[in-house]
Amino acid sequence: MDGVRAALAQIAPKLGDIDANLDLHLEWVAKAADQGARLICFPELSLTGYHLLDQVPEVALPTDHPTLKRLADASRRIDIVAGFVEQGAGYKFFNSAGYFSGGELCHLHRKLYLPTYGMFQEGREFAEGQQVRHFDGPIGPTGLLICEDLWHGSVPWILAQQGAEILIVPSNSPTRGAKPDRGVTSVDVWGSLLGVTAQFQTCWVIFVNRVGSEDGLIFGGGSMAVNPFGVRVASAPALEESLTMVDIDAGSVRRARTAYPLLRDERLDLADREIQRIRRLRYDLPDEES
Amino acid sequence: MKDLLAIDGHWTAELLTRFLRVELERTGLRDFVVGLSGGIDSAVSTALAARAVGPDRVHAYLLPYRQSSAASIDDALEVAENLALKTERVDISPMIDGFEEASGDVGRHRLGNVMARARMTILFDRSLKRNALVLGTSNKTELLLGYGTLHGDLASALNPIGDLYKTQVLALAEFLELPESVRKKPPSADLWPDQTDEDDLGFSYERIDRLLIAMIDQRHDDEVLIAAGFERSMIDDVRQRIVRTQFKRMPPVIGKVSLRTIGWDFRYPRAWKS
Repeated sequence: MDGVRAALAQIAPKLGDIDANLDLHLEWVAKAADQGARLICFPELSLTGYHLLDQVPEVALPTDHPTLKRLADASRRIDIVAGFVEQGAGYKFFNSAGYFSGGELCHLHRKLYLPTYGMFQEGREFAEGQQVRHFDGPIGPTGLLICEDLWHGSVPWILAQQGAEILIVPSNSPTRGAKPDRGVTSVDVWGSLLGVTAQFQTCWVIFVNRVGSEDGLIFGGGSMAVNPFGVRVASAPALEESLTMVDIDAGSVRRARTAYPLLRDERLDLADREIQRIRRLRYDLPDEES
Repeated sequence: MKDLLAIDGHWTAELLTRFLRVELERTGLRDFVVGLSGGIDSAVSTALAARAVGPDRVHAYLLPYRQSSAASIDDALEVAENLALKTERVDISPMIDGFEEASGDVGRHRLGNVMARARMTILFDRSLKRNALVLGTSNKTELLLGYGTLHGDLASALNPIGDLYKTQVLALAEFLELPESVRKKPPSADLWPDQTDEDDLGFSYERIDRLLIAMIDQRHDDEVLIAAGFERSMIDDVRQRIVRTQFKRMPPVIGKVSLRTIGWDFRYPRAWKS
């Protein structure tokens, strides 16, 4: 099988300590490279930790910051996906993930959906991303989604429609406890969601969650990779730090899309017409002039 | 930057007396209990409470230890008289003696904490007896620096001065015409003889407050603070104190293992249905 080995870096970043987390990243990059990985994926906000609150502006980095440059330098060895607080134009702070390769930040994704309900308050801290774009990465056409982005079915759909074959989902997902027969519930919930997403979009889906806890939120871990048939082919344990390898064979996308030509059959015009109609209703907009 | 600390005495007192009145009424209780130490913070909290609900409904407790300075007790009595409050005096020495008998010599730092918690024990007991709320007496400077005993003097039901820096408490004391003896003496926790806050902290309140308001309220970064005349060592020391004592400003951490966790996704105001 002609594959690319990817590493799922299920780490527990230190809250608010970029220097310590950068060291952690570089250490794990070396470990993954030694084990033959071409790509290592870290969780959401891997350089900062999650429950930042008023620390968000203190740890925010513009994309030309030396810390990110050091990650980029490390990406001469293998590709790196890492999460950080990005300071954008106008001092807007984004929950961003970068794809670093060959010494450069070659793709940036700003989290689109900031959960602000239940235990989450990201809408208070961050600005929303505005773009869903994939890029032609070294291991194939790749899209990044950050955690909650995957809970909005339009995002993986849009990425697949524009050509993405590999969806990478850095996450910071806390569990809501553990249940008989299900174990750590966040792992179970994500398992279903990721399986369905991979199957519907006939894409690889690589989910990298963090572990550790912050102020009582306990992150579930359970990182996993699902192939374009919706079959889980790699799983990291719940709650434990781990470096989990998965071999991604690009040929499997071709086979999945041959067996299930969902992408070919997608009716964009139909979707577009209906979306425009729903949009006018939803936002109480006037009918389009003809 | 000094002007940043300026407050309007009249309106600040007005805001805080209204706050005390509304929050007390909300609970359905009638009275306040407060420990009067003879210091400026408890004097100002008490004066605000007396303005809010009248002196008859504020019960002031003097809670001296054997070694407490006599001047502190005199000052507390003078404040009570100034505000027309009745006082009760409870000597905490037997409680502390009992603790020492059980625990041996624990050193003055730990014993100071035990004293603060002995006072808390008495105030919360009396609050039940009198259907009253315990009034807080920690100012913003102390709260930020964590200069207080968890579950001791930091414990209260509501705190009218928790958003006023020490120097602002002093300004309010002047507006409230509290006795000069209380306003002019060096602030002290009075946990051991000759203790003063400014010795403990290593800086004068005036300087600390100027730094805190620039750092916290104004969100200035270090370059600006240094340009304003604060030394790097002071900035680092103060920031470290704030960071290290965050736990004192928060309820205990609860590990989330359910769908709705107190503090995370079980969220109601303190004034829930009142």
